Amino acid sequence: MNTIKQNLPSPDALFPYLGAVLLILGGSYFFPQILGVDYLAQQLQIAAFLGVLALGATVVILLGHIDLSVPWVLAGAAIISTSLVGSGNPALAAAAIPAALLFGVLVGIVNGVGVAILRIPSMVWTLAVNSMLLGVAVLNTGGFNPKGEASPAMTLLATGDLAGIPVAFVVWMAVTGAMALLLKRSGFGRYLSAIGYNEKATFLSGVSTPSVIFAAFAIAGLCSALGGVMLAGYANQAYQSMGDPFLLPTIAAVVIGGTSILGGRGSLIGTVGGVLFITLLTSILSVMQITDAWRNIIFGLIIIVMLLLQTLRRKSQ
Amino acid sequence: MGNLLRSNQREAIAILVLAVLLTLYLASHPSGPNTYVITIWANQCLILALAAIAQFFAVIVRGIDLSVGAVMALTNCVASYFVIGSGLDMALGIAAVLAVGVACGLFNGAVVVFGRIQPIVATLATASLFVGLALLLRPTPGGRIDYDLADAFTLDVFGIPTALIIAAAVIVLFWVPLRRTGLGLGLYAVGSSEQAAFQSGMPVPVIRLVSFAMGGLFAGLAGLYFSFVTTTGDAGIGPNYTLNSIAAVVLGGVALRGGVGTLTGAMAGAFILKTIGSLMFFSGLPPLAQPFIEGLILAGAIAIGGAGVLRVRNRLEVFGK
Repeated sequence: MNTIKQNLPSPDALFPYLGAVLLILGGSYFFPQILGVDYLAQQLQIAAFLGVLALGATVVILLGHIDLSVPWVLAGAAIISTSLVGSGNPALAAAAIPAALLFGVLVGIVNGVGVAILRIPSMVWTLAVNSMLLGVAVLNTGGFNPKGEASPAMTLLATGDLAGIPVAFVVWMAVTGAMALLLKRSGFGRYLSAIGYNEKATFLSGVSTPSVIFAAFAIAGLCSALGGVMLAGYANQAYQSMGDPFLLPTIAAVVIGGTSILGGRGSLIGTVGGVLFITLLTSILSVMQITDAWRNIIFGLIIIVMLLLQTLRRKSQ
Repeated sequence: MGNLLRSNQREAIAILVLAVLLTLYLASHPSGPNTYVITIWANQCLILALAAIAQFFAVIVRGIDLSVGAVMALTNCVASYFVIGSGLDMALGIAAVLAVGVACGLFNGAVVVFGRIQPIVATLATASLFVGLALLLRPTPGGRIDYDLADAFTLDVFGIPTALIIAAAVIVLFWVPLRRTGLGLGLYAVGSSEQAAFQSGMPVPVIRLVSFAMGGLFAGLAGLYFSFVTTTGDAGIGPNYTLNSIAAVVLGGVALRGGVGTLTGAMAGAFILKTIGSLMFFSGLPPLAQPFIEGLILAGAIAIGGAGVLRVRNRLEVFGK
């Protein structure tokens, strides 16, 4: 009985799913097409981009840190992969995706150096790394949208479908599964939450806390880069500041999914729910064809209400 | 004097760095150090300095405010409607602008204190709300601020830029007295240890609320001053100022874990950050390389601040509290 209870997701994690279902039902009252298979499959495809980014963010937030370098790791990976493909050299084109992912891991390690070795608050260090990446990108592309295109593999990742299921969604779920295994079945997952709760105690228990921090930021960089590759495949190009609109929704999705921003407590399954919720909310708000102003206002209010409900529910237990 | 320096070491370093940067800037400026150049520089610095003060009030009580830029955008848009007309109209308009700032701050504070939501997440959501309201007022940039009033605040008095006089006034007339009140002490107490502050009988929720309200007030002032400089309303000014305000307080020696740092330091950090940017502009570096160098300097400055951990005697010290 106990093991069953342990394996069930916590109510915190189920909460955003409830919200997502309510959004679909509420939305379908005004727009019946929302219940259609096409619309929902399209939402899963779009959610995958945010979803991959949010997985990386969850790992870092579990640690009690935050990664603000997501926008330009994403854009950087997109620029690298599309320019390699656009170079016309088949060998370089084949290396497009691995090179972009490697770039993400490298930036993650740079992030780790600042946070784990220099002990700079991650919020500031990753911000500085982000602006340096912006600088490098502007320097390299001359401030214009970089030339290049997506390879067939990248397009497949982003827009293909497998028996009606979007490939992007499959990729998202595969990464989620792999990461869930890593967090559940390895010491790494436990150390992650342990550092989030109390870094000093974890260090005193003999855990090499810097290596855990390095690994977490490297994973986050990898996820951001994968998101960049997929988005480049979706748009068939890379463009300046393509990552900017993703930073805050990523954090919102993680937190709505029940992960504490202070670290230590949270789950990947909750993050997946949070991503579905945010994606559906954004999509339904745009289907409603209201102005940008109201979209922002309603988005902000609903996030606040969701967070308040989470706190209320926890308090009443 | 020695004691004063030692107890304000972080600020002293920040001000020294600023002095060096400013000298470099004035020396490298093609038209040399004149009132006009210094006034333009001071105006840009003051906008960010006011935003940094808003951030300071969130950070000092161990919070963070991601809505600073959004409140600036909203107050800027409000100002573009009301700060025009007769003298009384403009006075009421300015009062309305600042009231909007305080209201935003109080709303943030209420969500954090009563809703028990972490400040970083709460202000992330309220920022979207405030930007939405700003867009409602000004879907596209427009409106106008009274030019005479704007000139009065953005030019100079007997050769001294008005912006620098305002900056000095904020420190001397607002911060120095505030630091000596119970509230000033309470800000540091709550930031250092909320539990200890609570157990000493301090009204922790009230202090937090007031701190957020003051943050809102200064974000409002930043929005108002931005309006004086640009004399128009634009709902899209937010994102840059939010992130730069965080970088500025850290450069100015304010610790993100709360309870350490001063308002003067936050302002100095903002001045440093802006001066680096301006210095870059006239330095003769290729324009495309400037964003990279700017990021590099920011990272370097922060890394030097963090290099203290390399000479700690006990490895446990690096974990802080």
